[in-house]
Amino acid sequence: MQKGWTVSQKKRPDAATWIAAGIILAVYVAVFVLEQIIPPTTMLFTVLKKGATYALVAVSMNLLNGFTGLFSLGQAGFMLIGAYVYAIFSMSSEVRDRVYQYFDCAIGITLPVIPAILLAGLVAAAFAFLIGLPVLRLKSDYLAIATLGFAEIIRAVFQWKKLGPVTNGSNMLKDYPTFNDFNIVNAEGKVVLYLSTLVPFLIAGVCIAAIVLLINSTYGRSFKAIRDDEVAAEAMGINLARHKQLAFCISSFFAGVGGAMLAMFTNTIQAKSFTSAMTYEILLIVVIGGIGSVTGSCIGSFLFVACSEWWLRFLDQKQYIGTWEVPLLRNGFRLVVFSVIIMVVVLFYRQGLMGMRELPDLFRKKKRSAKPGKEAAQ
Amino acid sequence: MSENVLRLQDVTMQFGGVVAVNNLSMRVDEGEIVALIGPNGAGKTTAFNCVTGVYEPTNGEIWFQGKRIASNHPSGKMKKLYAGENMGKYRHVVRYTPDRITKMGIARTFQNIRLFKTQSVFENVLIATHLRKTSNPFTATFRINAREERKMREEAMELLRIVGLDAVAEEAATSLPYGKQRRLEIARALATKPKLLLLDEPAAGMNPQETDELGEFIRQIKEHFQLTVFMIEHHMNLVMDISDRIYVIDFGKLIAEGTPARVRDNPEVIQAYLGVDEE
Repeated sequence: MQKGWTVSQKKRPDAATWIAAGIILAVYVAVFVLEQIIPPTTMLFTVLKKGATYALVAVSMNLLNGFTGLFSLGQAGFMLIGAYVYAIFSMSSEVRDRVYQYFDCAIGITLPVIPAILLAGLVAAAFAFLIGLPVLRLKSDYLAIATLGFAEIIRAVFQWKKLGPVTNGSNMLKDYPTFNDFNIVNAEGKVVLYLSTLVPFLIAGVCIAAIVLLINSTYGRSFKAIRDDEVAAEAMGINLARHKQLAFCISSFFAGVGGAMLAMFTNTIQAKSFTSAMTYEILLIVVIGGIGSVTGSCIGSFLFVACSEWWLRFLDQKQYIGTWEVPLLRNGFRLVVFSVIIMVVVLFYRQGLMGMRELPDLFRKKKRSAKPGKEAAQ
Repeated sequence: MSENVLRLQDVTMQFGGVVAVNNLSMRVDEGEIVALIGPNGAGKTTAFNCVTGVYEPTNGEIWFQGKRIASNHPSGKMKKLYAGENMGKYRHVVRYTPDRITKMGIARTFQNIRLFKTQSVFENVLIATHLRKTSNPFTATFRINAREERKMREEAMELLRIVGLDAVAEEAATSLPYGKQRRLEIARALATKPKLLLLDEPAAGMNPQETDELGEFIRQIKEHFQLTVFMIEHHMNLVMDISDRIYVIDFGKLIAEGTPARVRDNPEVIQAYLGVDEE
């Protein structure tokens, strides 16, 4: 965002930045208002909640893949860690005895929601640190394979019976605070203020804002330098190992927070649902949105979730136009259409929706093209 | 006699059975412009890469400002393979990564320009000020250390002004004409505040006029930043014009050294290099 057209030395936000900020604010107000007037069971809110969660994870993946140039596919693994840590530590002690049917729960403390989310991120980051030590020496495809393997291993380990007292084995975790618990309820149990969509938006918003600030800081610039040219970055005094490790840990921290949000969204979690397919979904969002664009990841996330959960659902059922049955439509056809869309995007729109541009850049475009004319006039 | 800024002692770099640099000893004194010349494939860039920590020399030592920055001796499989001289003379192993070497005060440019392609001219220079940061990721993210950020930006802009690129600060680095990209690469190296500047073929691909300008430019920044310059170059006019001393290597071995006049008249050099290459 600091990549302003005017000399960035002064770094005063320009009009485009204000417009972008206004749009973001408008989205938040719209979410808040819609939630009060539309029935909460509408598909729209499912999409918005899941979209906000995926947006955060997609941005965290973009930080690694798009901004640091480390092709990692471990996102689902870190989300799993985050989701479990959140669920385990936010569960109240009465609920624990019920949930841990076959094990004696080893965890005795219950944290409030926000500290539990932070802990989820921190534990994911700690795992990332340990995994990063050996794995970050690898480059491109090899790194992707290693991190993918890590995610699969984590999924298996969390279902291991011996870890039952902590993870509840392969049984599900449930009855921890979820998004719906953010709704403000009066004495009769009636909801007076719906916040179950606004809160995930706020959590994701704060986290994404932090990532954007990081990207525009001196550390973010060195991440981008590593992406552009490792050899030159190292020759400019950037410690490759340290900065890669840093990007990996920060990305995993936010993936862990995203995992906690997913746990809140789904109400119950089970390790077996965090498959590599989940990582691919997020990778898809990043590619559709534009590798190297935070805005792209956010927009891509909502589009992707809306398509897969809502707009393309009709493809899975038999449809009739008049009395004519539309051919091909059946269960699973949605995924075929999806695959085709991906292929089209990768073949023809490799830049994705946004390329490497951000929201304010959309309003700067005219200025940029006006520049050569201005110079010619002088 | 002035102090040695850089000293190479018996540096040998062997890749498998190929000896790229063979027993090279040389020194660069403070305030000098020293050139390293030789035919293609003579091992010049390899020698540079040893100094900057990209490669670990197989044998020998490198000293920078009285500090040993690289030292190695053949070990393991290399013990049998080693084809160089002075085996067993060095016992220590000292190795720094390129970023540590840069932090000590050696900056470099590259033979084939390596700018950060997606970044603007300004950001390219700004990135090179990162190594002097005192803020950690947290304080940098939340701008707790805003003064430092401002200082970095001022420094980068000031540097662009000195090298005459301030007018194109916001352009994409790759949109610059070739000569200016070279200049930007030097500016970026200067942003690390080096004492010793290594230039790897700075005039490659330049026309005679650009080359003359470059020579003048190198002299200017040397004075302005009180640098010592060590460069690899093919343009004989430029080398003869600006260097104080010249080292000539062929097949990794040092074949001559001295002032430009002496090197020019050295029959061995003429045979190995100038005789073939002179226009």
